Amino acid sequence: MDSALIPDGVKRCPLWQFLLFIGAVGAVLLWGVYAMLLCWLKGLNQTNMNDYYGFALWIWADLGVIALGGGAFFTGFLRYVVGKDKLKNIINYAVLIGFICYSSALLILAIDIGQPLRGWFIFWHANVHSMLTEVAFCLSCYFGVLCIEYIPLVLENRQLYKIPLFHNLAHNMHEVMAVFAATGAFLSFFHQGSLGGVAGVLFGRPFAFREGIFIWPWTFFLFTWSAAACGPCFTIMLTKLLEKITKKKLVADDVVELLAKIAGWMLFTYSIAKIADTVYWATVTAPAQGFNISQFYSNNPFYGIWILYLEIACTLIPGLLLITNGGRKNKFLLITSVIMGALAACINRWVMVLQVMAVPVMSFDTWAMYIPSWQEVATTILPVAYGVILIAISYRYMPVFPQERELNPTTE
Amino acid sequence: MKNEQGKPKKYGMVVDLDKCTGCGACMVACMSENNVPFKADESNKRDSITWMRVYKITNGKPFPDTENCFLPRPCMHCEGQHGHSPCVSVCPATATDYSTETGIVSQIYTRCFGCRYCMGACPYHARHFNWWDPVWPDGMEKSLSPNVSVRMRGIVEKCSFCFHRYQAAMDKAMMEGRKELEESEYQTSCTQACPSGAITFGDLNNPKHAVYELKKNPNAFRLLERLGTNPKVYYVSSREWVRRAGDNYIKGEWENKQNAKK
Repeated sequence: MDSALIPDGVKRCPLWQFLLFIGAVGAVLLWGVYAMLLCWLKGLNQTNMNDYYGFALWIWADLGVIALGGGAFFTGFLRYVVGKDKLKNIINYAVLIGFICYSSALLILAIDIGQPLRGWFIFWHANVHSMLTEVAFCLSCYFGVLCIEYIPLVLENRQLYKIPLFHNLAHNMHEVMAVFAATGAFLSFFHQGSLGGVAGVLFGRPFAFREGIFIWPWTFFLFTWSAAACGPCFTIMLTKLLEKITKKKLVADDVVELLAKIAGWMLFTYSIAKIADTVYWATVTAPAQGFNISQFYSNNPFYGIWILYLEIACTLIPGLLLITNGGRKNKFLLITSVIMGALAACINRWVMVLQVMAVPVMSFDTWAMYIPSWQEVATTILPVAYGVILIAISYRYMPVFPQERELNPTTE
Repeated sequence: MKNEQGKPKKYGMVVDLDKCTGCGACMVACMSENNVPFKADESNKRDSITWMRVYKITNGKPFPDTENCFLPRPCMHCEGQHGHSPCVSVCPATATDYSTETGIVSQIYTRCFGCRYCMGACPYHARHFNWWDPVWPDGMEKSLSPNVSVRMRGIVEKCSFCFHRYQAAMDKAMMEGRKELEESEYQTSCTQACPSGAITFGDLNNPKHAVYELKKNPNAFRLLERLGTNPKVYYVSSREWVRRAGDNYIKGEWENKQNAKK
């Protein structure tokens, strides 16, 4: 029924199967929308956040998706600025993932703030000293860039492309895409960094606080670095996942291996920087504020020292694997590595949001534990469902993977 | 606005912990004075609004050596470095500000959009979020103070050092052709409510105010001074373990500090 909309020369599942899938994921999405409405109408008392956990699951999800969506800016940077032409075969998907991640981040923020209707105050009454102001400006601008990068893909739908205006617009947008990719890379450098700065500047929170250069704490640079390292891992991970679901090869191995190699070097160098930062923080920064590193890690279920080891392992091991030819060629090692790489960003953001809140600072205070409410969980799953639907629609009706036809020749 | 000594005013507090009995009168006075909303069940202190909270701390020793101390904790009105207190510098919408005229950290309720970054930045947990709409029992809304605006759901609030009292006192002084306030003209509600006189409030820069000398007590300390928050609430205690509890020290550090003093 919808065959006229499907790109030329590729096969898609029957419409009923597609709609059934969309319906199932849509039900999850509606559950999230219901929870979102509860939060908006009844307030944030619907969550399990409290005055100790002003930042909780949502802010973690926010930072997490932004880091994982970093594959868009970094792949774009490599493709258009550095000139890694081969990556044109995965850039559309990277942009799509980035678009989903960043739109999700903005949605989560809109739920997270206590007075959503005043959200614009962050631009109107901007405090230039606040890292969050920088995040808001760069995030919004970069989302605009992602929209510009995603639009040509939409316009390349078989029917839309027949309309001269859309055809020419898509073509011309492709021509100037390098400018937007460079702008996106610049904006991303700042907002990824500012998100690191959000934690790093908290001099009242010794677990988060880091020294740095001028106004930028070390976490500023570490967050940008980790997003550039872990984002491409997430892009590869989702590519492999989509290949598994569709039972098709969508991106040639040499393209994936090139991106994996670059991600591997980024992860490996990031792990060295992360270890150096941890050592300096544990031996100089924290003791100067009266804390031993052991005070930051307790024998509670969430924040034992294991979480630090796990985070470092998830950067160092995949980094070492992906910089070797054998590691990239071996399917199991490649997939394990990219999963670990994506996990590394999630753990880092978890620690830099929730553990910061959990660690007692006043000597007579106690550890604060937190379990999210179902409303928080549902609203966190909501963007995942939205992302799945958008990927499904984009994959079905748009030429997301330029190599798909070549890698999967149809017999017709 | 400068005081007679030509220095900007810097309002602060000195709390004598040896005098505090933990009666909670300061908390009650604060809630009443500032229209602080409350819930039917206030047992969860992590989502209850207490601008002034009295902590009970202990020396951790078993009976019969156990000692307790009650520590009232308002907002510390941190100065940080050059007014960059932990919360003020992070607020993205300039909804909280450090006054160089009074040293008071303000909270602009109508500008706060509830991002809660300031709460994450404050190591004293002195900032509270309005998780619920403020609701008072029937009739009680008539007893609310007309001088303090009631806050709405979804924004952050905190101790203001009863700033409305400062404004009223300044208005009166201006009408009388004065630019200076007497110490007694501007006092916080918690200071006045304390039955044991543990709280003293005034201009830390003004030698005519009691706090000027009190803060120089060798037993005076501030909470978490080492973090660089530069708070304006001082505590005094003759008990060493209480003074030690005011900050964090790595092993042997406190002992070295004490030996150096001797």
